[in-house]
Amino acid sequence: MSRIRFTRRLPAAVAVAGLALAVSACGGESSTSSAGTAPAAADQLKPNADLSQQTLQITVWDGYTPEELPAKVKEKLKVKDMKVALHDTNEIAMTKLTAPGDSGIDVAFVSGQYAQALNEQGLLEPIHPELIPNLANLYPEATQLSYDKGNKYSVPYTWGTTGICYRSDLVKTPPTSWNDLLKPPAWADKKVTMMTTERWLALPALKALGYSVNTDKDEEIAKAKELLLAQKPHLLGYDDVTFGDKLVSGESMMAEAWDGWCPTTDAKGNIKFAVPKEGSDLWVDTMVIMKSSKNKEAAHALINYILSPEIHSWAAENINYKVPNKAAMEQVKIAKGSLLGIKPAELLNGESIVDLGEASVKYTRLSTEVTAQS
Amino acid sequence: MRRARLLYVPFWGTYVFLYLPIAVLVVMSFNSGESAYTYEGFSLKWYGELARDERVLDGLVNTLIVAAGSTVIATVLGTLLAVGLARHTRSRTLDAIALMPAVLPDLVLAIGLLLFYGVIQLTLGLYSVVLAHGLFSMAFVAAVVRTRLTGSDTSLEEASRDLGAGPVQTFLRITLPQLMPGIVAGALLAFTLSLDEFVIAFFTIGNTEQTLPIVIYSMIRFGVTPEINALAAILLLVSFTAVIAGQRLTKIGERESNRTPGAPREAIKVQGEADSTDVGEKRAEN
Amino acid sequence: MKSEVKARPVSRSRGRRLGAFVFLSPGVVYLTVLLLVPLALVLSNTVFRRGRFGGVVYEFTVENFERLADPLYLGVVANSVKIAAITTLIALLIGYPTAYLIAQLPGKWKTVALVAIVLPFWTNFIIRVYAWIILLSGPGLINSVLGTKLELLYNQGTIVTGLLYSYLPLMVLPLYAAIERLDPQLREASANLGASAFTTFRKVTLPLTVPGVMTGCLFVFVPSFGNFVIPEILGGSKSIMVGNLIRDQFLKARDWPFGSTLALAIIAVLVLLLLVQAWVTRRA
Repeated sequence: MSRIRFTRRLPAAVAVAGLALAVSACGGESSTSSAGTAPAAADQLKPNADLSQQTLQITVWDGYTPEELPAKVKEKLKVKDMKVALHDTNEIAMTKLTAPGDSGIDVAFVSGQYAQALNEQGLLEPIHPELIPNLANLYPEATQLSYDKGNKYSVPYTWGTTGICYRSDLVKTPPTSWNDLLKPPAWADKKVTMMTTERWLALPALKALGYSVNTDKDEEIAKAKELLLAQKPHLLGYDDVTFGDKLVSGESMMAEAWDGWCPTTDAKGNIKFAVPKEGSDLWVDTMVIMKSSKNKEAAHALINYILSPEIHSWAAENINYKVPNKAAMEQVKIAKGSLLGIKPAELLNGESIVDLGEASVKYTRLSTEVTAQS
Repeated sequence: MRRARLLYVPFWGTYVFLYLPIAVLVVMSFNSGESAYTYEGFSLKWYGELARDERVLDGLVNTLIVAAGSTVIATVLGTLLAVGLARHTRSRTLDAIALMPAVLPDLVLAIGLLLFYGVIQLTLGLYSVVLAHGLFSMAFVAAVVRTRLTGSDTSLEEASRDLGAGPVQTFLRITLPQLMPGIVAGALLAFTLSLDEFVIAFFTIGNTEQTLPIVIYSMIRFGVTPEINALAAILLLVSFTAVIAGQRLTKIGERESNRTPGAPREAIKVQGEADSTDVGEKRAEN
Repeated sequence: MKSEVKARPVSRSRGRRLGAFVFLSPGVVYLTVLLLVPLALVLSNTVFRRGRFGGVVYEFTVENFERLADPLYLGVVANSVKIAAITTLIALLIGYPTAYLIAQLPGKWKTVALVAIVLPFWTNFIIRVYAWIILLSGPGLINSVLGTKLELLYNQGTIVTGLLYSYLPLMVLPLYAAIERLDPQLREASANLGASAFTTFRKVTLPLTVPGVMTGCLFVFVPSFGNFVIPEILGGSKSIMVGNLIRDQFLKARDWPFGSTLALAIIAVLVLLLLVQAWVTRRA
């Protein structure tokens, strides 16, 4: 008897308990998701803090910092430990950093508009310039970037532009316009890759149509979407990570690419990079310190160390990204075919991508809709 | 006879289809060149690269931690649940719920857990994967142990209770020893399922750790090198040895049953299904 | 059961209750917290708004369902059903003869053949998918053997190949179990009564193995339908399935409510399939 009664009640009890938990959880949560809090007052940081009590956890793109960086940092800064986590795209990094709970990250590498979005959410620690004397090494232009004028919450690590990376030996005519990518000629059919990271997916179409990369007008975004959908059947695929490998192997002949990831220094020397005549962007990859970090002094020390010419020049020499560090760039020997020669003033011709607040959701949806269309 | 010979085309086709890619993987792992596509000569250098790759080694350690932790949870809870379901309730709802983690698509479980961890503001780490793997492994352990329970003789348990032993005592003295082979099999299954699990781990792991399947996934996303082939060859060797050894052991262990050889996650569903149709047929016969 | 009436009814029932509590409560608590509550969250999320940076704003809305009804997303769901169905059908067509022949093999070879079917299953799933990149890509093996420059990767056919490769064993195993159980005398009787081999297969073997066929189809369809790794690695993110869409809502677009709504769509399709399976099996 008792057994039967018990089991009859059990599913009901389980269901009620589950619902109660879910409802209470929902109620408790509703306040945290409202965005756009102003940056709170900075913590008091101690310039002479004992770094040997602090550990560092950073998140960065694969291969974007020297492999021996943790060892060097431990030796030079005397921090207890330093660990590196990897993310493959800005979006994955955002997922990590905005997840509830402690992300466990002290310093994150993200692009400028994402740093801006993180700051709007109140997740970033303001930069304490007094703890980063090496900020003086930056080009003056690098302190006037539109997503964060005066480097209040982010420090630029690399900068560059977006263009068309192509195989000069395979294309019949070198690309000069975004339309060469958007409406590939017959000889390039299914030999083209595009990036899907939301804002860079839209960039070629927006620029080809003569719009701003920061437009929030629905009709302009809709027109860009039309172009991208018409392009889709002629693509090899979407690729934000290995488009360079596909060019080297000959699987593709043209790719939308960030300049630094275009393998122009490949041994065979037939990979070239072109900025289309309609213009492009100025992107900046930045370093930010998370407000939740318990190792803020060490985080500042790390950024300061990275800004020293010998470390910062590594990025330029090894991954072919221009760094916004005058002292570092002056040390760099510029290899043949390298794109490092582009001057800061030329770079600033590009339109800087800024976060669009609520309107940035439109680009997220654009990216979903273009990839979902079959 | 002619018809039968015609059937051999898909038969051998299946085996070629299953083994050709694996053979190519292994051959290319000995490539001396840089490319995963063109074979240039014999070399073991990619195995050396692999042994020095800290990400892979860390991933391996994390995977073993997760597998061990989730196996302990799954074995204890799954065994208790199996006994409870078989002996202490007749609720079919509860039965169905207990099997759900094994039947639901992994992606649905993964996002459910991600949402849940978010709501309780849990900082993700290895233990969040341990809890998640414990969930679906528990369902498999419970299923395996139950098949053993339904086949086992209840008269000893009844005798024990008639002699005044409580349920816990009966369980420890009588049921547990009887169930041991099932529990060990369930635990082994839980361990291997966790070793290979990607989707749930991908969604519920912390920012700073990776399990081996996640490392492999990102290695592939970042391009194709023979180092992955070397890793593949080693994993193949380990699992082939384990399967063949396991096969030998089960042969020695239980001669009476002619079960199909074990297989990871989805294959156990085959087993469960076969058993349930057995039961259904027996019912129909009666 | 028969002893229930006899001794010490009071302490027996207390013992039962204690037993139920001791054995069931740990598992039930675990299942409640980590399965039922998460599923309740997925369900409840479908009627709320997205937060800009992920998370959920708890304002009631039906916009997620409106969006799901958009032909664009329904198209992705339909395309996933199509890809999974094609995979299942091919798996059945090559899996049935394979299972049939395995069942005819002499004892020792039977075990070998079965182990050989299951063996690839024990290796890492992603590595098995990766093997196909080496075979199919532009500079890959098939092109170098044939001396061609075909673009074999990044289309729906590649996705089907990858899915088939990953889940074919799940078709063969239940089919084998079903065929193995058949009484060979049935077929002999049918042949003795003058039926051709084909008629025997159609009238005797096939109907009796329908439950196995349904099980195999379900085992291949379910993991194929919700897959996102294979479309991503072998499909070049160009032709996507509903799994990719869900993954992207959580890890790219940070739109948890819409991702949850898509997950609900997956569950709905699967429940429908289970009902069909139960119905067909019962009729057979």
